[in-house]
Amino acid sequence: MICEECNERPATMHFTKIINGKKTEVHMCERCAQEKGEMFMLNGGPGFSINNLLAGLFNIDPGFQQAKANALPKTEVLRCIRCNLTFSQFVHIGKFGCAECYETFKDHLDPILKRVHSGNTSHHGKIPKRIGGSIHIKKQIKDLKQQLKQFIEHEEFEKAAEIRDQVRSLEKGADNVEGGGQQ
Amino acid sequence: MSLEHFLQKAISSWMNEEGPDSDIVLSSRIRLARNFKDFSFSTLFSQEEAMQIINVIKDCLNDTDIPEVGRLEFLQMESLQPLDKLVLVEKHLISPNLAEDSPYGACLLSANEEVSIMVNEEDHLRIQCLYSGLQLNEALQRANALDDFIEGQIDYAFDEERGYLTSCPTNVGTGLRASVMMHLPGLVLTNQINHLIPAINQLGLVVRGIYGEGSEAIGNIFQISNQITLGKSETDIVEDLTSVVQQIIAQERSAREALVHTSDIQLEDRVYRSFGILQHARVIETKEAARCLSDVRLGIDLGYIKNISKGILNELMILTQPGFLQKYAGGPLRPHERDIRRAAFIRERFDLEKKDNSEGGNSL
Repeated sequence: MICEECNERPATMHFTKIINGKKTEVHMCERCAQEKGEMFMLNGGPGFSINNLLAGLFNIDPGFQQAKANALPKTEVLRCIRCNLTFSQFVHIGKFGCAECYETFKDHLDPILKRVHSGNTSHHGKIPKRIGGSIHIKKQIKDLKQQLKQFIEHEEFEKAAEIRDQVRSLEKGADNVEGGGQQ
Repeated sequence: MSLEHFLQKAISSWMNEEGPDSDIVLSSRIRLARNFKDFSFSTLFSQEEAMQIINVIKDCLNDTDIPEVGRLEFLQMESLQPLDKLVLVEKHLISPNLAEDSPYGACLLSANEEVSIMVNEEDHLRIQCLYSGLQLNEALQRANALDDFIEGQIDYAFDEERGYLTSCPTNVGTGLRASVMMHLPGLVLTNQINHLIPAINQLGLVVRGIYGEGSEAIGNIFQISNQITLGKSETDIVEDLTSVVQQIIAQERSAREALVHTSDIQLEDRVYRSFGILQHARVIETKEAARCLSDVRLGIDLGYIKNISKGILNELMILTQPGFLQKYAGGPLRPHERDIRRAAFIRERFDLEKKDNSEGGNSL
């Protein structure tokens, strides 16, 4: 096989790139590969990690770049009030500095979470027992309201009424939990 | 130290127990990533914060009889010898990252080494449960029990929308990584593995070698784990992985059957050649040892080789790693010395097996 770049030397490096689920294969000679920067995976050594890739993900998402352009005038730096990590530092290291960062960078996280977690942006798993009591009910209410909306859209009003009643009784319960303190 | 005594101390329970489908699945592991609400993540925390985290978790767990788990032993990384850390890594109890790059790292281990908690690695806590065979549900249950116990006393960083908050966005949500170590010689010998891996990847699962990220699949051992931690429940993640693993098991079994039917005497020859090498070699490298061990284990599973315990693959794959060999030798060894020691260690281990058989017992 001949190098796809220079069409001269034999291709000794073979790469498979997967971008947005699209697979492309690249065959190059060592020299062209080095010039094109395709070798970074090999030279990266132990320092190379998923986080370097994450930084890359931010850069190729047009939706995200737009969001950044709109929300962040150049003079203003988005910085976490608790740990002082700036948004560009986060993008660079690919890791958050503290729990508060999730709140601070909230408006910019969806694109990356979608990419990493197959389109998902919200949690559907375990909720801590002690601190999560009211969260649990709130989550249920949210899910039910979503269903309610769908039933109304499809004009299934009987079912919608059922769901509405469920939401009401849950909301009562949630008030009690919050009013009565933690159990 | 005698080999028998060394083995007793070196073997974790998952290595020689026989869990479900343990002819193909060597071990199942669940890992939960958790962080404390009021501290910066390990990426940025100060030494002071790191020490506070260690004290908090020590107060919570040390010298405590934890339901379903028992007592945990506390080990601080800075007070361990490099060789001891390496041994913990080779046993999959801690990550290379904790051993090498976490100055304020610590870990807590259960007596049978089924449970380990890494402290101050990439996240404040990494709760891990390791079981023999295919027992992801059991491991999840145990990890959850431990998680609940800790959460009873410490406030976790948790968000309604995003779930458990982790230092890296790839772990947020459940913080759950479920993984299964599989011995797949049938699929490798029949070249099916090359088609299988991309298919597994498309299902949102990751296939790796025995020592995790970036390691190659030596000894036909593959590690399969979930990629997605957000948007799916813990049970769904574990069920999805389990069902894929069950399909791989079925394919591996039929590949082995096909091999036995079509290979005439070649397969048996291959198994016995490797058996011969392991019993008689004087110098052996990790890769060759792994390849031979895989062949011998296949030979045991297929009934060619009798009277050798199945656990020998799990056990020797780990115990012939550089850290263990040096630990057994009592000091550092150069690579060539290691290869000699490795060969000797394996010979001795097989002799032990013969001795056990002649005495009629197989207790280790």
